[in-house]
Amino acid sequence: MKNLYAWAAIGLIILASTTGDILLSHAMKRVGDVGELWKRRGILAVVARVLTTPTFVVGLMAMGVAFYSLLFGLSWGNLSLVVPASASLTFVANAVAARIFLHEQVGRRRWIAALLVACGVVLMAV
Amino acid sequence: MTFRKYLVLAGITVFSTAGDSLLARGMKDLGGVSLHHLSGLLLAILNPWVTAGILLLLTFFACYMSALSWADLTYVLPATSLSYVLVALIGHFRLHEEISPARWLGIALIAAGVGFVAAGPSITSSRQSRNSLNTAADALSQEVKL
Repeated sequence: MKNLYAWAAIGLIILASTTGDILLSHAMKRVGDVGELWKRRGILAVVARVLTTPTFVVGLMAMGVAFYSLLFGLSWGNLSLVVPASASLTFVANAVAARIFLHEQVGRRRWIAALLVACGVVLMAV
Repeated sequence: MTFRKYLVLAGITVFSTAGDSLLARGMKDLGGVSLHHLSGLLLAILNPWVTAGILLLLTFFACYMSALSWADLTYVLPATSLSYVLVALIGHFRLHEEISPARWLGIALIAAGVGFVAAGPSITSSRQSRNSLNTAADALSQEVKL
């Protein structure tokens, strides 16, 4: 039963952090190159524009949900299960979601990279 | 990709690693925080290690957001995984921790994955054109102000 709860928490972490990453990435693409913006308008303009982008705020909330799911996941499951499982699967989920929602061209190069990194993260944790 | 952009990507790795290590160091001072006494987490901010860790993690977040403003999510994300490698290497060379063969293989896989992505284009989404449109609109509004 406890294992089931841990996997439910892992699922929630993956869902929330992928949602958060997609929304934050979407927000920053709308803001545009912050280096350029900083040069032309100054740092305050950058902060103001980022904070007033709705998807940034929602993305930040999703990251908060992911963080608390991690805390709950850790109270039900082992550190050595919850962290590598959620981290590695998040890399794969992000690649799929970035292709669908952000229209990024996830070519063979990036697929292989996502899988290599996911396997690497699992190996680092065992 | 300019040198400064690579510096921002390196910042993501370095600041997240340093921030996490300082947080871990600070939380060791405090002992375990149980889920039933979450108020302990509020007091944790008073610990100087924790404060420094949070500041570094904020810097990490700024670098991460900056990178996402000019590169694909699938380009930036692998770079974040380099922090696992950095933690292991610091543990090995500074704290003389043993790294098992499986972990060395993990390090190699992550490094290979990051190298694979880094060698490719940093942005592929069609939003790039909208970005330059935004930039053009900005320049225009500034000229009008002048």
